[in-house]
Parts: sequence; C-alpha cells; structure tokens
Amino acid sequence: MPNINQKQHRLEERLARRYRADRRFRRLGLLAVFFGLACVLLLFVSIFSRGYSAFWQTQIRLPFTLTTESLKINSASELNRADYNGLVKQTLRTLFPEVKKRQEKRELYGLISTGAAHQIRELLLADPSLLGETIELWVPADDDVDMLFKGKINRNLAENERRISDLEMAWLDVLDGQDRVQKVFNRTFFTAGDSREPELAGIRGAVTGSFYTLLVTLALSFPIGVASAVYLEEFAPRNRLTDLIEVNINNLAAVPSIVFGLLGLAVFINFFGIPRSVPLVGGLVLTLMTLPTIIIASRAALRAVPPSIREAALGVGASRLQVVFHHVLPLAMPGMLTGTIIGMAQALGETAPLLMIGMVAFIVDIPGGLTDPATVLPVQIYLWADSPERAFLEKTSAAIMVLLLFLVFMNTAAILLRKQFERRW
Amino acid sequence: MSLQLFTLLALLTVAVFLLARGRARAIERRVGQRLHSRPAYHGLLAALWCLIPALLVILLLAGGESLVVERLVTAALPESMTQVSAFQYELLINDIKALASGNVVSRAVTPELESAAAHYSSLLDRAAIARLLASIGLALMGAFWIIGRVRPDFQARNQVESLVRALLILCSALAVLTTIGIVLSVLFEAIRFFQAVPIFDFLFGLKWSPQTAIRADQVGGSGSFGAIPVFAGTLLISAIALLVAVPVGLMSAIYLSEYAGRRFRAWAKPLLEILAGIPTVVYGFFAALTVAPSLRGLGESVGLQVSSESALAAGLVMGIMIIPFISSLSDDVINAVPQSLRDGSYGLGATRSETIRLVILPAALPGIVGSVLLAASRAIGETMIVVMAAGLAANLTANPLQTVSTVTVQIVTLLVGDQEFDSAKTLAAFALGLVLFLLTLVLNIIALVVVRRYREQYD
Repeated sequence: MPNINQKQHRLEERLARRYRADRRFRRLGLLAVFFGLACVLLLFVSIFSRGYSAFWQTQIRLPFTLTTESLKINSASELNRADYNGLVKQTLRTLFPEVKKRQEKRELYGLISTGAAHQIRELLLADPSLLGETIELWVPADDDVDMLFKGKINRNLAENERRISDLEMAWLDVLDGQDRVQKVFNRTFFTAGDSREPELAGIRGAVTGSFYTLLVTLALSFPIGVASAVYLEEFAPRNRLTDLIEVNINNLAAVPSIVFGLLGLAVFINFFGIPRSVPLVGGLVLTLMTLPTIIIASRAALRAVPPSIREAALGVGASRLQVVFHHVLPLAMPGMLTGTIIGMAQALGETAPLLMIGMVAFIVDIPGGLTDPATVLPVQIYLWADSPERAFLEKTSAAIMVLLLFLVFMNTAAILLRKQFERRW
Repeated sequence: MSLQLFTLLALLTVAVFLLARGRARAIERRVGQRLHSRPAYHGLLAALWCLIPALLVILLLAGGESLVVERLVTAALPESMTQVSAFQYELLINDIKALASGNVVSRAVTPELESAAAHYSSLLDRAAIARLLASIGLALMGAFWIIGRVRPDFQARNQVESLVRALLILCSALAVLTTIGIVLSVLFEAIRFFQAVPIFDFLFGLKWSPQTAIRADQVGGSGSFGAIPVFAGTLLISAIALLVAVPVGLMSAIYLSEYAGRRFRAWAKPLLEILAGIPTVVYGFFAALTVAPSLRGLGESVGLQVSSESALAAGLVMGIMIIPFISSLSDDVINAVPQSLRDGSYGLGATRSETIRLVILPAALPGIVGSVLLAASRAIGETMIVVMAAGLAANLTANPLQTVSTVTVQIVTLLVGDQEFDSAKTLAAFALGLVLFLLTLVLNIIALVVVRRYREQYD
C-alpha cells in the first residue's frame, strides 16, 4: 500500500507543479500585456504633463505712452519706422526708476518679449488715432519669466543655478503685486509660425505645411492606389509580371522610410530640379511611401466584394470595366477610404524622409502654396526638441499633443467608417 | 503659373466632355437610332484625349526644361567663367538663379552675371509660354480629332476601356518603378562613392569619421569611411530593441489569444496597437527627454557611468515601438493554428501552458520567425528615435551604456543641410543607404516567403 500512496503522492505533486507552471506562464503573459499598456500610459502621461502648460502664456500689462516724442518720430506718417523697442525700454524704466546700472537695465528689458514692440507697431499702424494716448497693454513676457510663473523654475535654487536672477524675481513680484501679470490662453501658439523666441513660436506654419503636403499625397496616392488595386485584383492575369508587382508592393511596404527620402533627394530634387523644402516634393515622397498601404487595403476591400455581384452584372451585359466601376468599386469604397485614411495618418506622422529633402529649414513665414518653403508638424517637433531653451520643451510636448490629436481624429474616422459600412455578405 | 495652367486644362477637359457628349446626343436624335456607345463614352474619350497628351507634354517639359535653359544661359557666358570644376559650375548656376530671383549672390555681381540672369529669366518666361502653347494646343488637337469622329458606329466605349485599362496597368507598374528608382538612385551615387573610397575599405574599415576637407588647402580630417562601427552600432541598438520587443510581444500575443477573455482582449488589443500608430518622432522625444535622463540617474545611483545618448535608451524605446508589430503578427499566426491541434493536446492531458509551449508555438514558429524578421527590418531602418536619442560618434563597442551611432543617423547627418552634392561625404550617405536597402530587402523577402508558406500550410 505505501507504494501506491507514494506513487499517488508523487503524481499529485507533479500535477501541482505543472499547474503552478501553468499559472506562472499565464501571469507572465498578463505581465507582458500590462507592460505594453504601461508603456502607452507612461508615454502619454510624460508628454501631457510636460505639454499642457504650453497652452497658457504669461503676459505683463504695461502702460505705454504713445507720443511722437516717446516714439522718436516727427509726425504720424512715420509710424512704420518709429522706435518701438525704445518705447518698451522707456516704459520699463519709468516703472522701475531705481534701476540705473547698465547690466541691471539689460536684465530689466529682458523681462518682456521682443514681440512686444512688434505688437505695439501693429496696433498703431491699424489705428493711428491712438497716437498721443497712454494705453494699458498686455504684452507677452519673456520665456524665462513664463517658465517662472508656470513654476518650472525653482525659486529656491541658488541664484547662479537658475535662469532668473534675484533682482528679476523682485521686479516680477512687484509687477505681480500690482496685478500686472496674468496667464491667458496661448493664442500665439496656434496663430504664429516658427520663431527663435519660444514665447513667439507657434505651429501654424507647420500645420499649414503638413496640410499642403498631405493634400499632394492624397491627390496622388488615392487615385493611383485604387487604380493599381483594381488592376491587380480585377484584371491582372496570373503571371510572372503580376507576381513581381505583388512582391514589389509587399516589399515596398517594409522598406525603411528614410530610403524613400534618398529616392526623393536623388530623383525629384537632383534630377527633376524641383526646389528643396517645398510641400510638393514632400507630398511626392510621401505618396510613394503610402501607396503600398493604400494598395494593400484596397485589394482587401475589393476581395471582400462577393463574386456574385460581378457575375450578376456580367450576366445583364455589362462590360468588365462597367462591372468594376459601376458595381464593385462603390461597394469596396468604404474599405478603400479606411485604408487611405490610415495611410494618410502614417504620412502625417512621418519625419525621416522629409529631413532628406530639406524640409528642416527654419521657416518663419506661413507657407502659401505647394511651392513655398515649408516644414511639417513632425519636423517642427524634431526641430524644437533640439532647441536648448527650456521653454521649447513644453512647446514640443504641446505640438506632439496637437499631432496626436490629429492622428486620433483620423483613426477614429477610419474606425467609424469601417463600422458604418462594414458588410457581411 | 502651373496652377493656372492646370485649372485651364481642367476647364478645357470638362468643356470637351460636354461638347463631345452633346454632339453624340445630337447625332443620336438625328439618326433616330441608338449609337454603338452611349454619348457619355464619346465625351469621356474626347476628354481623355484632351487631358493625357497635354499632361505628358507638361511632365516631359518640366523634366528637360531647366537643363536646356541652364545650357543656353552658360553658352552665352565667356569661357573663362564656365570652364571650371563641376562644383564651381554649380555655384555659378546657383548664383545666376539667385540673381534672377533677386536673392543674395555669393560673388561680386558683374555685368556678365547680370546679363546672364536677365537672359535666364527671359528664357524661363519663354519656356513657360512654350509649355502653355504646346500643352493647350495638343489638348485641343486630341479633343477635336475625337469630336470629329463621333458617328453611330464609332466604338467609343471600347476605346475608353482600353485606355482606362492601360492607365490602370501604368498605375500598378508604379510600384515596380519606385523600386527601380530606389535601386538606381542609390546605386549610382554609391558607385560614385566607391570610385573615391574602395568598397573593401568601406565594408570592413574600422574607423568612421566622414569629416572631409572641403577646400584643398584646408587642414582637417582626411575622412575615413570604414563603416564597421556604424553597422555594429545599428546591430547593437536593434538587438536591444528585439530583446525587449520579442518576449513582451510574443507573451502578450500568447496571453491575448489563448488566455484572455473576450472582453479583456477587446480593449487590450487596440490599446496595445496605439503604440504602432504613434509617430516615431514622438518616441524619439520620449527617449531623449524621459528615458535617457532616468537611465542616467539610475546608473549614477548604482555607480555606473551611463552616457546621456546611450544605446540602451534608444534600444529600449525602439523595442517599445515594435512590440505591436510582433504581437499582432504573432497573434495572427497563433490564431491560424487549427483548433484540432489544441484539442488533441488537451485530450492527452496537457495543461494550457504545455499545449502552448509544446504544440502551438512549434506549429506557429515559422510565422513567428517571419514577424521577428519584419520587426528586425523595422528596427534597422528606424530613423527618428536614433537620430534624437543616439549619438553621432561611431564608437565600436558592445557596451549598451555607451554612445553608438547607426546607419540611419549617419545618413541624416551627412545629408541634412549639405547643399553640395558631389563630395565623398554626401555620396557616403547613399552608400549607407544602399547597404540599408539591401539588408532590409533580404530580411523582408525572407520574412514574406516564410509567412506566406506558413499560411498556406493550414489553409
């Protein structure tokens, strides 16, 4: 009997061990899933926690005396070349008359963004009747001041370890005490182009560039992609050539994007002589890059249309082209559009090939067309991420948030489209 | 200019369509019997004949125009200015163009240069007019040729169909053309590079410092193009990425397809796939500003020297990026393993983990290998993460805490901001591009073949 008991015991032990191994394996799998989800969470949290503050901007209210003397001009007709920088400095000096040393004065002037002078200029040029009056105006603060009021500069650090001196902090506290400091929604971020000054930099130029680039991509890749898919799925004979095309498309989908950039540089810029940095070249390169995605999705959509539709149309006397264009294509269109949107989302986030064709230039102006030098949103993110100023860090994160918002929007549209029109035959 | 031209062409096409269709309808009414083709087909055919030749002409002219104009301009210049090195010649052309568009010029503006610039802009104007006349003229000729042929027995539909079919073939051939374009453009520049630097030195040299002297009298690096350190750095970072992504991706795929309940799977899978949709520049930012500093801090707290551009940071983040590639591809192949194999294993008394490890994984292995190869190809070609988080200095090291450089980083740094196209430095980027393309091509083809063969096995 002990023998059987022992055997039974060993058997149970082994079974328990095997079950333990099974539970371990299962926990490992769960761990892997949670690791992946944690990465998603960490990524979003780290970007949102850095970036949300960029949507606010610190402004300082100053009383500007707009007279011909203060602007150093003779008459109202010379408003466009008046000394607005001098006016800002003068205003600051009147607010803090005790500042006399040259170095200290420079620090004082540094509190206000260089954009203030430009803002007054625009205001006066739009409404010259303001001349002779004293106006209270909210002007953007310098980026370091902005960082201080957002709590991103630690006031308790030693003076030489922070970008704001004790003196500057004292002035700012005085201004704050007089209710001359406020934080408002950062409109500049959405209306301005790029700038060397973080407080004046915005994403409008990059967003416009992205728009033009994607416009070219969409206009070319959708028709060409659909046409290739139609040919390969509906007309192509099964032979070596179509096999070659298929292998090619599958392979192109996995070619590193930077190689497309090299192609664009060698062919479009050096061979065809299209200028660098323009959305047209960017769009052409991204077209070649997104075509495989669109073709593969469109072929899947065509394959999902049952043969009975084609046979019925052929049976009532339609030609093969009529079958495709009148019957199959409309039914496959939602699937094709879904694939196109996903391809566009990919193109919107692409950076590397655009670096190759020179879309990394520092461009202040908002591009006005397909052949104006431009940059795109992801490249703008790359450029800002490289900038040394602390304030560009939050701008970068905020630009990423805008980019992700666009991507979420596009992907949601794709999912909704699929849900709306998905059909089981 | 081109926008107006295209608008004009589009309007013309619409007009021609309406005209031809109207004519066909009129003929139909007059004859009192139906035409061979519906009137709309006559309209379409005329429109196609109007549009296609004009577009072709515009494309052809756009390609050759700048070259011809340059030749004509420099032919009028004295030989002393044009008989110079290729680089100087290019500078001259750029200066003429800059002067013509009113930009800053790199040399003193001489009367010759000014007249060349004036010549250049007048030639450009003339070229634009020639383009306009040629394209519109051809469009009209094509359109009226068809409109003149509208008759009851004219087989417009058949002609439209064969034209459309040719267009479809052309579109699908574009994929092949792209591949050929990539191969040729990269290959030609690479061959030019190998004329300057022997291919053996490039492939097996141990020192990479592409800083060449621009002028002959300049002191500076003579430039050494031994790419082994760059390849080694690429492999190191990709290996770290795969070490993260393969276990996590594979285990998540196993859990999601074998253990997870339907509801857990329904929200966990799309959430994981978010990782695949995030632009790489975002990962680069994350790696450079979140992961690298914290790794550095972590290293300091245990007394390790971690570079702020360590291979580890770039590799880890790249690994996170390719998790969804491995997990969704593996998920597909695991789901493709027939249920009968599982049932058989359970019937013999195996636990779930034993079934997975001993039955399902071996059956799905080719597909999993394929997905890992695709992920590896993605890791090798990934650019933005390494550009932002890995270094420029190509150290030959296997220590993941040090800075290494990759093929893609070198391509970007060699080409960004460099206008001059013929130096060994810029050509080196194309040689690296060729290596990158060939490497990923081989990986992709093996992966595609493996996956396809495997899929057919259980179909």
